Amino acid sequence: MAARDSDSEEDLVSYGTGLEPLEEGERPKKPTPLQDQTVRDEKGRYKRFHGAFSGGFSAGYFNTVGSKEGWTPSSFVSSRQNRADKSVLGPEDFMDEEDLSEFGIAPKAIVTTDDFASKTKDRIREKARQLAAATAPIPGATLLDDFITPATLSVGFELLRKMGWKEGQGIGPRVKRRPRQQKPDPGVKIYGCALPPGGSEGSEDEDDDYLLENVTFAPKDVMPVDFTPKDNVHGLAYKGLDPQQALFGASGEHLNLFSGRPEGASNLLGDIGVNKGRKLGISGQAFGVGALEEEDDDIYATETLSKYDTILKDEEPGDGLYGWTAPKQYQSQKESEKDLRYIGKILDGFSLASKSLSSKKIYPPPELPRDYRPVHYFRPVVAATSENSHLLQVLSESAGKSIHDPGTQSRHQLNASKRGELLGETPIQGSATSVLEFLSQKDKERFKEMKQATDLKAAQLRALSLAQNAASSRTQPPSQVVGHGSWHTALSGGTATTKASNFKPFAKDPEKQKRYEKFLANMKRGQKDALEHCLDPSMTEWERGREREEFARAALLYASSHSTLSSRFTHAKEDDDSDQVEVPRDQENDVNDKQSAVKMKMFGKLTRDTFEWHPDKLLCKRFNVPDPYPDSTLVGLPRVKRDKYSVFNFLTLPETASLPTTQASSEKVLQHRGPDKPRKPSRWDTSKQEKKEDSISEFLSLARSKVGPLEQESSPLVNKEEVHVKESLSNKLVNKDVDSQTEAGESRPSMDLFKAIFASSSEEKSSSSEDEQGDSEDDQEGPGEADFKSSQEELPSVAPSTSGFQTLGSKGENASEPAPQEPAPSFVIQKTQIDEREEFGPRLPPVFCPNARQKLEAPQKEKHKKNKEKHKTKKEHRRKKEKKKKHRKHKHKGKQKNKKSEKSSSSESADSSDSQSEEDTADMSPQELLRRLKHLPLRRQ
Amino acid sequence: MVSALVFIPGRPVASRGRQPGNPAWSSQVDGNYCLTCGSDKTLKLWNPLRGTLLRTYSGHGYEVLDAAGSFDNSSLCSGGGDKAVVLWDVASGQVVRKFRGHAGKVNTVQFNEEATVILSGSIDSTIRCWDCRSRRPDPVQKLDEAKDGVSSVKVSDHEVLAGSVDGRVRRYDLRMGQLFSDYVGSPITCTCFSRDGQCTLVSSLDSTLRLLDKDTGELLGEYTGHKNQEYKLDCCLSERDTHVVSCSEDGKVFFWDLVEGVLALALQVGPGVVQSLAYHPTEPCLLTAMGGSIHCWQEEAYETEGGTG
Repeated sequence: MAARDSDSEEDLVSYGTGLEPLEEGERPKKPTPLQDQTVRDEKGRYKRFHGAFSGGFSAGYFNTVGSKEGWTPSSFVSSRQNRADKSVLGPEDFMDEEDLSEFGIAPKAIVTTDDFASKTKDRIREKARQLAAATAPIPGATLLDDFITPATLSVGFELLRKMGWKEGQGIGPRVKRRPRQQKPDPGVKIYGCALPPGGSEGSEDEDDDYLLENVTFAPKDVMPVDFTPKDNVHGLAYKGLDPQQALFGASGEHLNLFSGRPEGASNLLGDIGVNKGRKLGISGQAFGVGALEEEDDDIYATETLSKYDTILKDEEPGDGLYGWTAPKQYQSQKESEKDLRYIGKILDGFSLASKSLSSKKIYPPPELPRDYRPVHYFRPVVAATSENSHLLQVLSESAGKSIHDPGTQSRHQLNASKRGELLGETPIQGSATSVLEFLSQKDKERFKEMKQATDLKAAQLRALSLAQNAASSRTQPPSQVVGHGSWHTALSGGTATTKASNFKPFAKDPEKQKRYEKFLANMKRGQKDALEHCLDPSMTEWERGREREEFARAALLYASSHSTLSSRFTHAKEDDDSDQVEVPRDQENDVNDKQSAVKMKMFGKLTRDTFEWHPDKLLCKRFNVPDPYPDSTLVGLPRVKRDKYSVFNFLTLPETASLPTTQASSEKVLQHRGPDKPRKPSRWDTSKQEKKEDSISEFLSLARSKVGPLEQESSPLVNKEEVHVKESLSNKLVNKDVDSQTEAGESRPSMDLFKAIFASSSEEKSSSSEDEQGDSEDDQEGPGEADFKSSQEELPSVAPSTSGFQTLGSKGENASEPAPQEPAPSFVIQKTQIDEREEFGPRLPPVFCPNARQKLEAPQKEKHKKNKEKHKTKKEHRRKKEKKKKHRKHKHKGKQKNKKSEKSSSSESADSSDSQSEEDTADMSPQELLRRLKHLPLRRQ
Repeated sequence: MVSALVFIPGRPVASRGRQPGNPAWSSQVDGNYCLTCGSDKTLKLWNPLRGTLLRTYSGHGYEVLDAAGSFDNSSLCSGGGDKAVVLWDVASGQVVRKFRGHAGKVNTVQFNEEATVILSGSIDSTIRCWDCRSRRPDPVQKLDEAKDGVSSVKVSDHEVLAGSVDGRVRRYDLRMGQLFSDYVGSPITCTCFSRDGQCTLVSSLDSTLRLLDKDTGELLGEYTGHKNQEYKLDCCLSERDTHVVSCSEDGKVFFWDLVEGVLALALQVGPGVVQSLAYHPTEPCLLTAMGGSIHCWQEEAYETEGGTG
């Protein structure tokens, strides 16, 4: 060990070169950090050395396919909900721009398509065809195809052919075959891609001997291939400096790698021997400059690439055979052709033009006429029916008069709806609504009356003038065409025709008006020949023509004014046409009783509402809970469609939809609730009833005292009114009564109420009036009931939902005032007014027109039935039922039997009086009722 | 033993954490951390026992009114005056998602049990259920039954308990597919489930806390004595459902015995309004927020617990 230690210094072996010792004060050079050692392309992006498809990984985002996200799809689409549409990805989708560039792996250059490519090119197809021919059922059947081929030669080919080129020949000037001797010396090396002088000429060279001097040949169609064997150890295609060149000159010359300059090349190549005059000497960097030698410019110049051409240049003076590797002889032989830069070889029989071509004269485009419009107007197409055949004829004759043509109406004369119609758009829904809908009832009526008056006058005037026009236009068919065309566009564009029924230009002639309405209806349905259908066939041709025009004008006038107005108003949230609105089926109860329940601390059933609620399926999934309603599609609280103008939309009445539940269903519900649920009469309940009674009786007595004196003076009509007012005031009470009659099981509290109302106060009166009118009421019962209902329906819009018994009762004093104030005669007048309104008014709440009312009733009944079915399966809650208000009661008489079993005989009489009092209202005009009801809430405040 | 426990509050363990005018909230993500949010538009994660600030989450545009943590403490959600509900990543402090859609301030946010859904209640009277799993920008479901602003939302494994200013407590039962609406009358400020899941505690602006039976809606207990007439104050149950705890506007925290309904303690926190409180889920430890500071209250000694029990 010791010996070794002593030797160790000598034996030390050091590898590599040590770092130079740092000079003092010199700061060590910081090496460029790795992240800075980047290569960027011309756009400043990180340059990739290899694309993903050319074998490397080093992309801009390393190994991430050129994007930050890598292979992740651009948009993730959950396959559960909606399947992602599979887009077919080609290899190009994964390529970069560089790959698609000129030098990339998939260059996107303009190439001749198959259609234009030469036939000989597609050998593969030929092979395929041959194969097909062999395997075809009839061998050689494709031969026919071969005979008949479309001319698919490219333009280039055809041009070449025209220039005398034939297939199989090479391109270039014709050459004389040279004797062998003329070949360049084998020792000469050629740089660049000039045609290799020897070897490649092939066997034909052997025939050269007996060739004539004046015979030229086309050059051979060969690809210049360099067959020089590789005999050095340089890299592929590397050629070092030729020592000959280095030694013998041309060092100052720019080396031309591409022998685009044959002269230069010849200098390089062939003139070694000729270079005699020059002093031979050693030149170049390696050898220095000899003492005897001329000073060389760039002795120390290093061979840099900048000295080489890196691109194929245009500017090289020379033969101008750009890119062609033409034989050199051509250059040397034909000196005269040297200037034919762009022509190449002149064909036989041609000579170069001595004069240059005069430049092409460019003519300016024609000046457009001033009123030119670059839009083509189509002439109207008139269906060639027998009736308007003459129109067609006239149209074709009057082709010049495009101004009068309806189709060529300037676009400024068209309004939006018309333009839309021309474009085939579906008319906007909003245009159907009218300002009228936004007006209040009174204004509407006034407006209507005014409008009718003016409309009638105007229409008559118009009709007159039109008739005159029509009379004159009878002799001028073209103008008739005008009318025909224009109303079509106007009418079908203006959906206002829906409302056009309000506008009655021909009210004086009911027949005509009927025809007009029919015409409008047809128009609305989009029948083009609507007019022809609704015209009276018994009329003469002249009459028909006149009427046609009148109708058209009338509809047009109406539509235009209407649509301009309606376009300024937004569309209603709910469709005006449908009489129904969507409301939650179950609504939380009136808060009044709950409030008192809270005060009494009677929490529990009194304060609780339970609803069916549908959670979203996804929410169930997220909560890990099975969907309680796997079959239902709705979300949230179930909704039902209600009548738009129904009371029950405005009152917060619970479950009106479920009103007509049958006895069976209610029993079911009871079972659902379990044994402890049936409500026992509690402290709170009784107190509530008492309160109700108090308030109601108070109110009623007040009302009676007020009405009392007037009652004696006025007719029994007033009597009835009074009763009705009471009913409408205590609207909820009435509803309750109705309810109590339908549902016997829960009748008790409302029976008390019932008694409180009718047994105490109005019994005598109503019974007296009943006696008086007993006979007449039987007749009037139908409409009376209807009126009553409608009054109920109308009420809530006036008296909002939250008003409870207490408020109503306490303010009853004020509320009852309008009743006695109402004089009886006004009633009759109003009734007549109603009739008028019925005829002309727009759709009104169902109160006003009995027709509409009857229409309304039927669907409602249907709805109830539906709801009944629905509700059989569903849980019902008693609290809600108690508060349920019944708005339709047709079977109450049957139900009364149930009640009777519970009730005493005294209550029976009250019951009957109730039903009577209801019918008392039969004669009451709904208008009257409404008016009075309107006063109520106002007074209340 | 448990029922006889008297919560003995000790001195405040920590009273740091000045968040300028932090009016809103503090909650315990779990036993070791607490989360505050406030008018400085940030959320802050604390170690309440040591009083150290762990992380600040900023990204809200307005004051943050409520925040909640997920079950695994991996994410937070918050909602505030900018009408947005924000899902945060706890570790990175980054905003993961922002759910927009509320028309008004978001009063309250809550994760569901698995932190897959955020429920947010807003003064626009809706509760929106935002899906944290998908990239959907719109809520899974919108619970718009409330007639007024939603002040409080609590979530159990299959229920959503929501208190609204319209004076109703609504419980959406996903399993049964039913909505139970209990009328309380005065605007609800806070609701919570009892830990046994049988009762709901409801505090309202009539300075009353009510304990309602969850199934029937019956009143089990009523707790009064504190003052709550203006602000949205918090209430909760103690860690073993023995006591009802509520903030008060007179600077105290009130403790009632749950069963007896008698006032057990009125803990003076400070002069202002106790805006928010949170109870440790398992231990007798209370956090209160007043002004810009949080206080952590603990029993003076754990041994005494056994003694009193």
